[in-house]
Amino acid sequence: MSNKKDIIFKIKNLSKLYGANKIPAFEMMKNGSEKSDVARKYGVTVAVNDVSFEVERGKIFVLIGLSGSGKSTVVRCLNLLQKPTSGDILFEGKSILKLNKKELMEFRRYKISMVFQSFGLMSHRDVLGNVAYGLEVRGEKKEICQTKAMDMIEMVGLKGWEHKRISELSGGMRQRVGIARALANNPDVLLMDEPFSALDPLVRRDMQFELLSIQKKLNKTVIFITHDINEAFKLGDLVGIMKDGKIIQIDTPEGMASNPADEYVENFINSADKGQIYSVKHIMQTPSCLIHSRDGVNYALKQMRDQGVSSAYVVDDNLRLVGILPLDNAVKVKAGELSFQDAITKDVLTTEEDVYISDLLSVAATAKYPIAVIDKENHLKGIVSKASVLSSLV
Amino acid sequence: MPDWFIEFPSEINLNIKDAIDKFIRYLLTNGETFFEGIKEVLKGFLNGIQGVISRIPWWLLILIVFILSWRTSRKLGKAILYSALLFFIGAMGLWPLMNTTLTIVIASVIISIMIGFPMGIWVSYSDRLDRMIRPVLDTMQTMPSFVYLIPVAMLLGLGNVPAVIATTTYALPPLIRLTSHGIRQVDNEVVEAAKAFGSTKWQTLVKVQIPQAMPTIMTGLNQTIMMAIAMVVTCSMIGTTGLGQEVLISINRLETGRGFSAGISIVIIAIIIDRLTQGIVKKGEAKIEQ
Ligand SMILES: Nc1ncnc2c1ncn2[C@@H]1O[C@H](COP(=O)(O)OP(=O)(O)OP(=O)(O)O)[C@@H](O)[C@H]1O
Ligand SMILES: [Mg+2]
Repeated sequence: MSNKKDIIFKIKNLSKLYGANKIPAFEMMKNGSEKSDVARKYGVTVAVNDVSFEVERGKIFVLIGLSGSGKSTVVRCLNLLQKPTSGDILFEGKSILKLNKKELMEFRRYKISMVFQSFGLMSHRDVLGNVAYGLEVRGEKKEICQTKAMDMIEMVGLKGWEHKRISELSGGMRQRVGIARALANNPDVLLMDEPFSALDPLVRRDMQFELLSIQKKLNKTVIFITHDINEAFKLGDLVGIMKDGKIIQIDTPEGMASNPADEYVENFINSADKGQIYSVKHIMQTPSCLIHSRDGVNYALKQMRDQGVSSAYVVDDNLRLVGILPLDNAVKVKAGELSFQDAITKDVLTTEEDVYISDLLSVAATAKYPIAVIDKENHLKGIVSKASVLSSLV
Repeated sequence: MPDWFIEFPSEINLNIKDAIDKFIRYLLTNGETFFEGIKEVLKGFLNGIQGVISRIPWWLLILIVFILSWRTSRKLGKAILYSALLFFIGAMGLWPLMNTTLTIVIASVIISIMIGFPMGIWVSYSDRLDRMIRPVLDTMQTMPSFVYLIPVAMLLGLGNVPAVIATTTYALPPLIRLTSHGIRQVDNEVVEAAKAFGSTKWQTLVKVQIPQAMPTIMTGLNQTIMMAIAMVVTCSMIGTTGLGQEVLISINRLETGRGFSAGISIVIIAIIIDRLTQGIVKKGEAKIEQ
């Protein structure tokens, strides 16, 4: 029996920088400067810094690390959703960086597919339409699309749901659709970027089990990202741990647990500070009560009543946050004691998606309403309740 | 205190009026065949639409409005109200004038879609183009609408054909803006998913971005239609026929009743079209929402 490993992906000295001044920043980084210094001097983010690893066919390779450590950037380079700044990526021995446009398209259509953290499903299509998407774009006949998609839907346990809209599904079901869609193309490699992070713990355990059994059955190569060490150890044949864009240690779960490379890894294994592992985007929810500024008070009251909440988030036509309409104010508007505009509280506590939970703790403690998550243009992305901040830490 | 301190000095006299006039005159003398061509094409287009609209029996149009408002709102009261309002226009004897106004609105909106929709898509692809076109659209939207009438009337004369051009120009911006905005705001992960499965740019656009952006695009279309209706009325100043002309005539003759009947008809048309298209937007949003 030959001992030679069948390496499907080989990543060599991969680096990825975001920003305009890449060339001098790259030099500085190569000379061993800290990530934060490079960012300060050139305004360039070093997302991935000289990363090398190999993935064996039919195995699950897990990348783990704190928020912002560059995990997503690494997997996005593997199907070239992001273009590496330097380094090389070999798939079955051939560099994917040398593929021309058409070859890249073929590569994505037949060899590799992806599962996303917030599912990335197309809400204008039903379950079947989503699962068949990859087959459809590569030009398969309609009947083939349908039968293959149906097989996959059955495999992930969604039989009978194929004509449901995505909005009718629970989070766990949506990610099953995401997985079915990724498998329908029968790819060699499955990229999974925190696929289960948005799911609650029980569903998550089901899904982990499901993934393992699917992997046993189909023998796919999986590259899996998580920030949960338990998930990493449960799923991974090999686990790579990342910090500030670098891989610090690659080992089997047992190897890593018994022989952590440094204190950082050890802390990680003990999951010392969960507040640093999760950022706001991992715990934020869609606001249950959202109204447009032109909707008027009657609609707002009805919404609040239907949802059983005591405040509504008010946005303008472009989904930019205007403020919060508390229930007591809304009642006053209805009674004619207050104008609709004056009733909207403008001083809402806000935060952004990439803020660490630990940085949010002090704010959350004093918050009267859930904290609004906005982006740079003030678009409302979601809300974070006090309870979810606290419960993410235990 | 010298005079120029308070009064704007008359020595400073930048005469851009003449320059603009000259430019228009230049266009007029050198582009005659071009403008004649446009005129002919538009005339044919207008006649075609007019032909279709004037052949629709009045009761059928009312029935269509009834069914559409029932299907978008699911409220019988609304469906009956809108049909009754439309009937009211006919009862006031304004049905033929309404048809003329609708013809120009429809022609302008069709041209707006043909220009605005592809343009919006194009703008959504490039931040630079977006920055460049934004002030142009802002200017187009804030410019008093009848300013458009002057060059159009000079180049194309009076009547319904120049009205289509003026109306299209005035009503175009929201469609471009909201098409672009709609496509930009499609969830990035969904677009990435489309790419990750090997979609071509065209496939991503047609199978993912446009369907996801549809409610926003429809909002833009709704605004475009509303602006077109307003503009067609203004266009009566350059001899456009229809309900607007009726209003203009009654202003000149101080016939209040006549003016109001036409005015109310315009409002009714605007309300019905607005509610119908908004109903469609709401339905689309419900579909897209996760
Ligand atoms: N498109 C982008 N433009 C600029 N900077 C980016 C971009 N994408 C990621 N970054 C930055 O690169 C760094 C690595 O990000 P990445 O998303 O890879 O981290 P991650 O490990 O996946 O984190 P998380 O657990 O939060 O998903 C971060 O500092 C991030 O702000
Ligand atoms: Mg990530």
